[in-house]
Amino acid sequence: MSSDDVNKGRRRFLVATTTVVGGVGVGFAAVPFIKSWMPSARAQAIGVPVEVNVQKLKEGQLLKVQWRGQTIGVLRRTDEMVTGLSKVDDFLADPESQNAEQPEYINGEPRALNPEFLVVNMHCTHLGCVPQMIPQVGPQPFDANWNGGFYCPCHKSKFDLSGRVFKGVPAPTNLRIPPYSFLDDDTLIIGVSPKGAV
Amino acid sequence: MAKVASNLSKQAGALLNWFDDRLPVSAFWNNVMTGYMAPKNFNFWYYMGSLALLVLVIQIFSGILLAMHYKPSAAEAFASVEYIMRDVNWGWLIRYMHTTGASFFFILIYLHMFRSLLYGSHKAPRELLWVFGMFIYVALMAEAFLGYILPWGQMSYWGAQVIINLFGAIPKIGEPLTQWIRGDFFISDATLNRFFALHVIAVPLALLGLVLLHLVALRENGSNNPDGIEIKKNKDADGKPLDGIPFHPYYTVKDIFGVGMFLIVFSFILFLWPEANGLFLEHDNFIPANPLVTPEHIKPVWYFTPFYAILKAVPDKLMGVLLMGASVGILFFLPWLDRSPVKSIRYKGTWYKVLLTLFTIAFVRLGLLGMAEGTPAQTWEMRVWTLVYFMFFVLLFFMSPGGKTKPEPDRVTH
Repeated sequence: MSSDDVNKGRRRFLVATTTVVGGVGVGFAAVPFIKSWMPSARAQAIGVPVEVNVQKLKEGQLLKVQWRGQTIGVLRRTDEMVTGLSKVDDFLADPESQNAEQPEYINGEPRALNPEFLVVNMHCTHLGCVPQMIPQVGPQPFDANWNGGFYCPCHKSKFDLSGRVFKGVPAPTNLRIPPYSFLDDDTLIIGVSPKGAV
Repeated sequence: MAKVASNLSKQAGALLNWFDDRLPVSAFWNNVMTGYMAPKNFNFWYYMGSLALLVLVIQIFSGILLAMHYKPSAAEAFASVEYIMRDVNWGWLIRYMHTTGASFFFILIYLHMFRSLLYGSHKAPRELLWVFGMFIYVALMAEAFLGYILPWGQMSYWGAQVIINLFGAIPKIGEPLTQWIRGDFFISDATLNRFFALHVIAVPLALLGLVLLHLVALRENGSNNPDGIEIKKNKDADGKPLDGIPFHPYYTVKDIFGVGMFLIVFSFILFLWPEANGLFLEHDNFIPANPLVTPEHIKPVWYFTPFYAILKAVPDKLMGVLLMGASVGILFFLPWLDRSPVKSIRYKGTWYKVLLTLFTIAFVRLGLLGMAEGTPAQTWEMRVWTLVYFMFFVLLFFMSPGGKTKPEPDRVTH
C-alpha cells in the first residue's frame, strides 16, 4: 500500500463518476418523497363540480359557495348594476379583461354567461384574501367616487361589480372567473364548462 | 483552468479554516474517519453495522412521510393506510419501503449479532459496546411491535392483545398494569393513539441516542476483527497500528460497495415481493381489526417467532413469560458468560464450533416452529430446542475458561 504508484487521474475519474451516479440516484429516490405531498387522488376527487340554484337569490344578493376549497361568489346583479359597469372603465387597469384568468366563453364588461349572474372566484389576485362586497353607490373612506364593487380588507385592492381591478392598487389582475355553465335556467354548475366550449 | 481550480481549492481551504476556528470540523473528521485506524482484515460480516445505519435512515425518512398521511385513531387508522396505498402519490412505495425496511433491519441486526458470536466482539474491552447494542436490539423490538399495531388490522389487534397480556402474567400488579398500558379495558383508540406517539417519537429518540453511544463506544477501543486480536498491540514508530488502515477511504469505499449490493436486494423485495408470502406483511392484517373475531392462526412477525416459540413451549403462563424474557435478557450477559482467553472462533477449538452450530440451529428451528400451527410433536420439539438455546449459555460459561484453544497469531491474517 505505498502511495508512490497512485494513478491520480484514474482516482479523480472514479471519485467523480461515483459521485455523479450516486447523486443522480439520490435525485431519483427523492422524487416519490416530494410527489407524495401533491394533492392525493382523494383530494382530486373531492374537487368535483358544485351545483347552485340561482333562483333562490334575491336581486343584489351575493351567495358564497366552496369549490375546490376556493370561495366562489354568485352575485345576482340588478339592471342598474349591469348598465353602470361602463361608468368606471377609465379607472380600471384592464377593462377589457385582456390579462384576466377566465374561460374563453367569458367576455365583455359583464364577464358572465348571463349578465344577471356574476360567477367569480372571490380570492383577491394579490395575496388571496376574500374582498367584501360593498354595493352602495356613493363616497367611501377608500374611494370618493365609489360606484359599488369589491374591496379587499387586507391590502386595499378595489374591484368593480364585474370583478375588474382598479388602477393603482396592489392586485395585478381582475378577479378570476371559474369554468361554469347552466344546467337549466335555475341551476348553475361550477367547475363544468358549457358543452362544446373550452 | 489549473489556476482557477487552485484558486477554488484555496478558497475552500479558507472557508474550512473559518469553520475550524469555531467548530472542530476537521478535528472530528480526522478523529472518526481518516485518523481512525481499523483492522485491515475485515470480511463480509463487517458490512452489517453500516447497513443497519442505512436502514435506520430509510425508516426515519419513510416514517416521517407516512406520519403525514396516517390517522392514529381506531375509526380511521385502517382506512388511512389503504388511503396511503391507493390515493397518496407514491404512497404504496413509501409504505412498502417502511415495512420492508423493518424486516431488513432485523435481518441485519441478527447477522450483526452473529458476527459477534463468531469473532468474540463482545469480549473485553468491548462489553459496553455489546450492552448498548443489546439495548438497541430491545428498543428495536419495541419499535417494531408498536409499529405493527398502527395499521389496525386483525394481526395488529390480536398480536397486541397477546403481547400486552404477557404483562398480565405478573402476579398481583399484572391486571392493573395491562390496563395502564392500554388506557382502557380492552385494546382501543386510546391504546392506538399512545402507541403511535411512542412509535414515532419516544422510541426513535431513544434509538438514536443508543446508536450514538454504540458508535462512541466503538471508536473508543476500535473494531474487533476476524482474528480477535488487538491491532493496537503492534504499532509502528509513529504509534500507528501496523495492521490498521484508515477507516476513510478504505472502509467507506468498502461500505459504499456494500450499500450498492444491499440496495439491489432491498429493491427486489420492495418492488416485487413486499409481502414476502406473509412473512413481512401478514395476510390477516389486510382485514380490519375486529375485537369479536380472533384469526384462526395467530403468530407474530418472523423476527419475534424464536422467542414466541419459547413462550409456547412452556405449559405455565408465568414461567413461559419469564423464560421468554430470559431468552433475550441472557444475551446482555454474554460478555461475562464467555470466559475464553481468546476471542475469535478461529482459535477457540472444536467445542465452541459445536456449541455455536447447535445454538444457531436452535434459534432458526425455534423461529420456524414459532410460525407453525403447533401440533403436540412440534411442542415437544420446541422444548428440546429451548433447552439447547439455554444450554449454549450454560455450557459456554463452564467450558470457556478451560476449553481448548489454538495459539493466536501476533499479527492479523488475511
